Amino acid sequence: MNNKNKIKTLISSAIPLPVENIDTDQIIPARFLKATSKKNFGENLFRDWRFNKKNELNLDFVLNNKKYSGEILVSGSNFGCGSSREHAAWALKDYGFKVIISSFFADIFKMNALNNNILPIQVSDETLEIIFNKIYNKPDIKFEVDLPNQTLKFNNNSINFDIDQYKKTCLINGYDDIDFLVSKKEKINNFISLKC
Amino acid sequence: MRKTLFDKVWDNHVVESIKNGPDIFFIDKHLIHEVTSPQAFDELKEKNLEVFYPERVLATVDHNVPTLNQHLPIKDDLSRNQVEKLKSNCFENNIELFGLGNPNQGIVHVIGPELGITQPGMTIVCGDSHTSTHGAFGAIAFGIGTSQVAQVLASQCLLLNKPKKMRVNVNGKLNKNVTPKDIILYIISKLGTDGGAGYFVEYSGNIFSDMSMEGRMTVCNMSIEMGARGGMIAPDKVTYEYLKGKPYAPKGDLFNNKVNEWENLKSDSDAKFDKEYFFDAEEIYPMLTYGTNPGMGIKYSDLIPKSDKKSDIKSLEYMGFKSGESLIGKKINYVFIGSCTNSRIEDFRIVADYIKDKKKAKNVNALIVPGSQNVLNEIRKEGLDKIFMSSGFEIRQPGCSACLAMNDDKIPPGEICVSTSNRNFEGRQGPGSRTILSSPLMAAATAVNGKIIDINEQ
Ligand code: SF4
Repeated sequence: MNNKNKIKTLISSAIPLPVENIDTDQIIPARFLKATSKKNFGENLFRDWRFNKKNELNLDFVLNNKKYSGEILVSGSNFGCGSSREHAAWALKDYGFKVIISSFFADIFKMNALNNNILPIQVSDETLEIIFNKIYNKPDIKFEVDLPNQTLKFNNNSINFDIDQYKKTCLINGYDDIDFLVSKKEKINNFISLKC
Repeated sequence: MRKTLFDKVWDNHVVESIKNGPDIFFIDKHLIHEVTSPQAFDELKEKNLEVFYPERVLATVDHNVPTLNQHLPIKDDLSRNQVEKLKSNCFENNIELFGLGNPNQGIVHVIGPELGITQPGMTIVCGDSHTSTHGAFGAIAFGIGTSQVAQVLASQCLLLNKPKKMRVNVNGKLNKNVTPKDIILYIISKLGTDGGAGYFVEYSGNIFSDMSMEGRMTVCNMSIEMGARGGMIAPDKVTYEYLKGKPYAPKGDLFNNKVNEWENLKSDSDAKFDKEYFFDAEEIYPMLTYGTNPGMGIKYSDLIPKSDKKSDIKSLEYMGFKSGESLIGKKINYVFIGSCTNSRIEDFRIVADYIKDKKKAKNVNALIVPGSQNVLNEIRKEGLDKIFMSSGFEIRQPGCSACLAMNDDKIPPGEICVSTSNRNFEGRQGPGSRTILSSPLMAAATAVNGKIIDINEQ
C-alpha cells in the first residue's frame, strides 16, 4: 500500500486507556464505515467516547485530556475484539498512533494493524500495570520502541516483545503481503491444477 | 492418523510453507460485501493487479442496505455510493453479484450456506468476522481485514500461521427451552471473550450432532465472540441432506463422490488438541446477556453477578443495571429478530410458534428481519408472515439491519433491545443503545410480554 511506511524505532510519550475488551465498534462506530477510501477515519476515532450525546467534547475522555499526548496508545487487555473492520486500524493510524501496547490483542485486529504498519506490542498484565502507573505519575514519560531489537524501554526498564519474524521483516522494509503473494503466482497455479 | 478435522482441511490447502514463516494458504471461496471491499479493489487498481480468480469470488449487499423499499434508489448518499461501487467493481472484474433485487440477495453468511456455495472441507474467507458461520459445514472459514481481502483478490491466497486447536465438547440432554443460541452464549460465558484467542475451535458431542444445520450455524457464528479465529463441526448426514439439491452444490454422481470424500472430514480418534473443554448439557438454561460484551451472559433467572473490575463496572453503568438484580421483569420496548446468527427459517418458525394467537405488547417495537430473500419467501410460503403481522410484528426486507445499525434501523439512545444478534457492544445497535442478547424464543416472549419473563415458569 502506498500509505505504508517503514517502522524501525520510535521515541514518544503515550496515552493511557485502561479499558479491557475495547471492540472495534468503539474504535470506529459502524455509522462511519460508509466511506470508500481509507482517508480521514481519524476524525471519528473513539467517536462516542470522545464526544457526548450533545456532540460536545467529552473532557473526561483521555484523548481530550491535554495532559496526555503521543504516538503510542496503551490499552487494557483484548484490544480490538469484535468486528473485522480494518477501518479501526485506519482510524488509529490516521489519528497518529504508530504503536499500541496492550496485554492482549484480538487476532484479526492484530493482523490489520500489522498490515497498516501499526506495531502492536503485547506485554504481560504486570508490565501493563507498571506502564499505566508510570504514565499517571509522569504523563510526559518517554517510551522507546526498538523494532529491530524487539525492545520497549522506559526509565530503567527494558522489555523484550515478540513479533512474527516474517511480519517484522515486512515492517522494517516496508514490504507487504500482497507483493509477496503475487510473486508466487506460478506456485499457486500449480497448486490449483493439482488440487482443484 | 492423529489429525484433527481442522488439520485435515488446513493441510489440504497449504500451497507452500515458508521456512520460519507463515503458510501460503489457498482459499476456495471468497465472499465479499459492500463495506469492506471498496478499498481492496482500489489497492488492486493502484498496483495494477487483476482479480486472480473471479469465479471463486461471490458478492452480496447486506451491511448498509435499507430494509424497506429496496426497489427504490437508496436514499443515503454514502450507502448508495458503496453499493454502486460494489456493483461496478464486480462488473469490471467478472464477479457474480447478488445485488438488491436479486432473488438470492441476503446476509453473506446466510446466503452462502443456503445456496450450497459453502461446502465441507472448503476454505472460505470474507471481510467480516462472522465468516466463522460457514464452519458449521466442516469448512475452515474466518473473517479477514480489507488488506487481506485485497490479497485474496490478487492471489486467491493468504499468508497465515496455523492457529492452535481447541475442542469444545457438549454432551447430555438439553433442558426445556434451550436453543443453539443459548448453548453458544453459555460456552462464551464460561470461556470469556478471549478464551478462544489463537485457536480454531471444533464443536463436538451429541448436542451438536443432534442439531440442525441452522443450529450449527448459530453456534459457529459466535465462535469469534470468544476470540477464536473460527469454529467448525464435522460434516455428517445432516450436512449432506441439507446440501443436496442446493443450487450451487454438486449434482448427481458428483455429489455422491463428494460425500465419500467428506466422510473423511472428522478428527481421528487419537487426534491431539491444544486445549479441550467438556460441558454438560444439563447445566445449560436459556441465556441472556447483561453487559457490553457477549461473555457477560447468565442463565435468564440468575442475578447479575458482582465484580470489582473497572471494565465490568463501566459496562453495568452503561446498561443501567446493578449487580445483584434480576433481568426478569425488566421492561423492554425494542425487540430485534434477525442477523446472521438467527435469521434463518428455523429461527422464524420458533418465533411464529410462540407468538401464534398472541399479540405483542403495546410498548414494544418488534422487528423481524429475514437473513435473505429466500428466507423471506419461505416465511411467506409457510404463512408465518400472517402470524407475524396479526401479532403486530413488523417484517422487513433482508439485510444486517439493527444488528449493526448502519442503515436506518437503529435502537434509540438509552433504550434496551432484546436482540437475537451476536454483539451487545456499546452503541452497536445505534448510538447510546443497550443490547441484551438472547435466543429467538426469548426475544419473542419478550415482545409479547413487554418485559423479560420467566420463560420456564410460563
Ligand atoms: S448480521 Fe450483523 S454480525 Fe452478521 S454480517 Fe451483518 S453486521 Fe455482521
